[in-house]
Amino acid sequence: MADPPGRPAAALMYCTCRVDDLYLGIDVAVVQEVLREQPVTPVPLAPPEVRGLVNLRGRIVPAVDLGRRLGRPAAVRRTTVVVRIGSEVVCLLVDVIEDVVTLAAGDHRPVPATVDPSIAAHLGATGLLDSELLLVLDPVAACVGAARA
Amino acid sequence: MGELDGIVEEFLVESHENLDRLDRDLVQLEAVPDSPDLLAGIFRTVHTLKGSSGFLAFGTLERLAHAGESLLAKLRDGDLALTPARTDALLELVDAVRTLLAAVERTGTDDGLDVSGVVARLEAATVASAEGDEPGRGSTGAGAAPRPAGPEAGAEAVAGAEAGETDPEAPRRSAADSSIRVDVAVLDSLVRLVGELVLARNELLQHAGSSRDGDVLRSAHRLDLVSAELQEVVMRTRLQSMDYLWSKLPRMVRDLASQCGKQVQLVLAGRETELDRTLLDAVKDPLTHLVRNAVDHGIEAPEARRAAGKPATGTLAVRAYHASGQVVLEVVDDGRGIDPGRVLATAVERGIVTAAESRTLSPSQAVDLVLRRGFSTAPRVTTLSGRGVGMDVVRTDVEAIGGTVDLHSEPGRGCVVRVTIPLTLAIIPALVVRQDGQRYAVPQAHLVELVRPDPASPTRGVEHVAGAPVHRLRGALVPLVDLGGVLGTHAGPGEDRQQTIVVLRVGTVEFGLTVDEVLDTQEIVVKPLTGALAGIPVLAGAAVMGDGGVALILDVPGLAAAGRATGGAAAATDRTATAPAAAAAEPDDERYVLLRTTPDVTCAVPLAAVDRLEEAPAAAFERLGGTNVLQYRGDLLPLVDLTVGPAGPPAAARVSAPRPGGSDTARPEPTRPVVVCRSRGRALGLSVTEVVDIVAAPRRAAAGPGRAGTLGTIVVDGRVTEVLDVDDLPSATGMTVDG
Repeated sequence: MADPPGRPAAALMYCTCRVDDLYLGIDVAVVQEVLREQPVTPVPLAPPEVRGLVNLRGRIVPAVDLGRRLGRPAAVRRTTVVVRIGSEVVCLLVDVIEDVVTLAAGDHRPVPATVDPSIAAHLGATGLLDSELLLVLDPVAACVGAARA
Repeated sequence: MGELDGIVEEFLVESHENLDRLDRDLVQLEAVPDSPDLLAGIFRTVHTLKGSSGFLAFGTLERLAHAGESLLAKLRDGDLALTPARTDALLELVDAVRTLLAAVERTGTDDGLDVSGVVARLEAATVASAEGDEPGRGSTGAGAAPRPAGPEAGAEAVAGAEAGETDPEAPRRSAADSSIRVDVAVLDSLVRLVGELVLARNELLQHAGSSRDGDVLRSAHRLDLVSAELQEVVMRTRLQSMDYLWSKLPRMVRDLASQCGKQVQLVLAGRETELDRTLLDAVKDPLTHLVRNAVDHGIEAPEARRAAGKPATGTLAVRAYHASGQVVLEVVDDGRGIDPGRVLATAVERGIVTAAESRTLSPSQAVDLVLRRGFSTAPRVTTLSGRGVGMDVVRTDVEAIGGTVDLHSEPGRGCVVRVTIPLTLAIIPALVVRQDGQRYAVPQAHLVELVRPDPASPTRGVEHVAGAPVHRLRGALVPLVDLGGVLGTHAGPGEDRQQTIVVLRVGTVEFGLTVDEVLDTQEIVVKPLTGALAGIPVLAGAAVMGDGGVALILDVPGLAAAGRATGGAAAATDRTATAPAAAAAEPDDERYVLLRTTPDVTCAVPLAAVDRLEEAPAAAFERLGGTNVLQYRGDLLPLVDLTVGPAGPPAAARVSAPRPGGSDTARPEPTRPVVVCRSRGRALGLSVTEVVDIVAAPRRAAAGPGRAGTLGTIVVDGRVTEVLDVDDLPSATGMTVDG
């Protein structure tokens, strides 16, 4: 499990990806694997951000469109980041997977209060990278917490 | 040995220890004949033995311990003195108990061993003390020294114990050594992992199939075999024997019987029958309720039984056995049965049937009313307030795991409740349908029949009652639920779609689910939906299909509710409410398949006995060793040819016509209809000239005397029609059916 969001104790590594215009980081500790497009079985009556179900080697896991979850417009997202939180496994669909970056503990900042609450609710921190600002995803809120809601 | 329930094993280990102590204490007691501590200790040990054996329904052992306990109680209280004869009797008790325990360990029961001699001697030692306890007390003290018989007897007993130890000890140790406790969660994850392995194997096999490398093919093949075996073994680990449920019954029956002032003998059969642990847990409450019902309301008080010419002790049998891939649990009592009059009165009072309807019901139909939803106002299965109360709750519980409940009662003779449950909950047979391009699985436990409506016909298509879609099915109106509508998957208006109606049953409610296409049936592994998806009422789970894709499993009760919610007047309603009272669809009438055998003879087969109706090409009919057989689904189906009546010539093969209810259309090659039935767990084909219709008729009318191979007669359209007894047909027609 990741450290408590917002107050990481030491340098953390993040798997970075792009979703619409957002540059997001997911704690590598919760990322199980990254897959190319997986066949998704749509689930009628499911919340709009749940794209459907994926057969992940015999285990049926929900595929969540991270863009829709963060209130971005719908788009065809194919890259699948498999995230495991406790015993729960969720596929997060993102636009592009980029790199793994290391962020020192001191480079974490709270999410600014002006950020749209629908996005902020799923973020743990803002990361100061030399190139740009990284939105550190709160994996629990983005996957399990929200999936349970 | 391995099948011994944990409780029994614990009991054996504990009792062996206790017996060793008993031996020591008894021998010591001879030296100190009136030590109250020793006597109290011995009494406690025997008392414990009696209690445990009663709890575990080891009647013989219990009787023996009881006799010993009575003697020891008097010794302990000083009412009797310990004489050599009494010590002998007590040591004999210890030996007999040892023998019984060994038998229990070997066979799982203590039946068939005679302990009446020992019991008689113990009883004699308890009462026949007219020689006087006063002198007895003296003589014990005096006789202790000169009596060599006592110590010898004791030594014998000890020797016997030691000799005996090698025997019962060995299997006991091995039983303990060969089993370990495993957390159910570990087993569950093992099952899941094996599932993943099997899927990985499937993928590998696909790739290997296109490979030219012989080594790869061989390895893949071996992996295939091993993983299949592994899967089977792992599934077996989840099975547990019925003892898990039954260990609690003897005590419960005993307590309940004594509370009600009744005498009840509990007979348990089929302990070794195994069932998935999850299912065992699920049937625990219904079974408990059935047993309590039987003791509380079924079996009469001893005087009433004697007055009715029955033995004072009632018999309650609980049986479990496997039948055609399912487990059957039977609770049979020889009590008063269910009073149809009382049931009717209650049903009318609760508004389940009207007073007018109630007069048209046969007694057995009336008794079946207790299974109707709403019959009981009891909120939980554990509540007791009247015979039959809670039966509908039992039924709901059992149906929740895909099982069924039947009830047969003979007033004055007793009652049989039969609960049929699938072997495992995880794997269920399902009908796979397609709707708007997606596959969905419908659990077959709810499936009644498939109907293809004929849009061209005014009465065989989909009609509307105030906007609510319905279908006329043999005189009844089946409300329809549009799957695409409920799921909201319709891309656009599609009124002209040719759809199939899947008739489903939830409790007594039947409704038709319209789907685009029926694909096939598959055994699927049910996986629950998690998170936000778990809250969708019409979905019960998901399953990985054979091709690796995921299909959603529909929740049939949820669909019925959704139909009611969305359709307003299209609500799926109880068939009793919608069916015209006199029409052929009384739900409690038994339904029959009407067959034409020879041109002028029709007969009927109970629909319940029919698996499916098939059209088989004439070429598939063959004779094998004097028996007609049919090549059917890659197997040989034994066939009873009904078209060769005593007089009639064999019917010619004919071109099949589209059947109502069938989904296939006319085929070019000549085919003959075959009714595939299930007889004593085996498939049996009936070759007939024509499948005429499915009719409903009062069940009772079928219970008349008839020829061999028939169950009786029913009246269809004013004509008397014989009902064939599928179980009896093979023998009645002189054919042997072998599995």
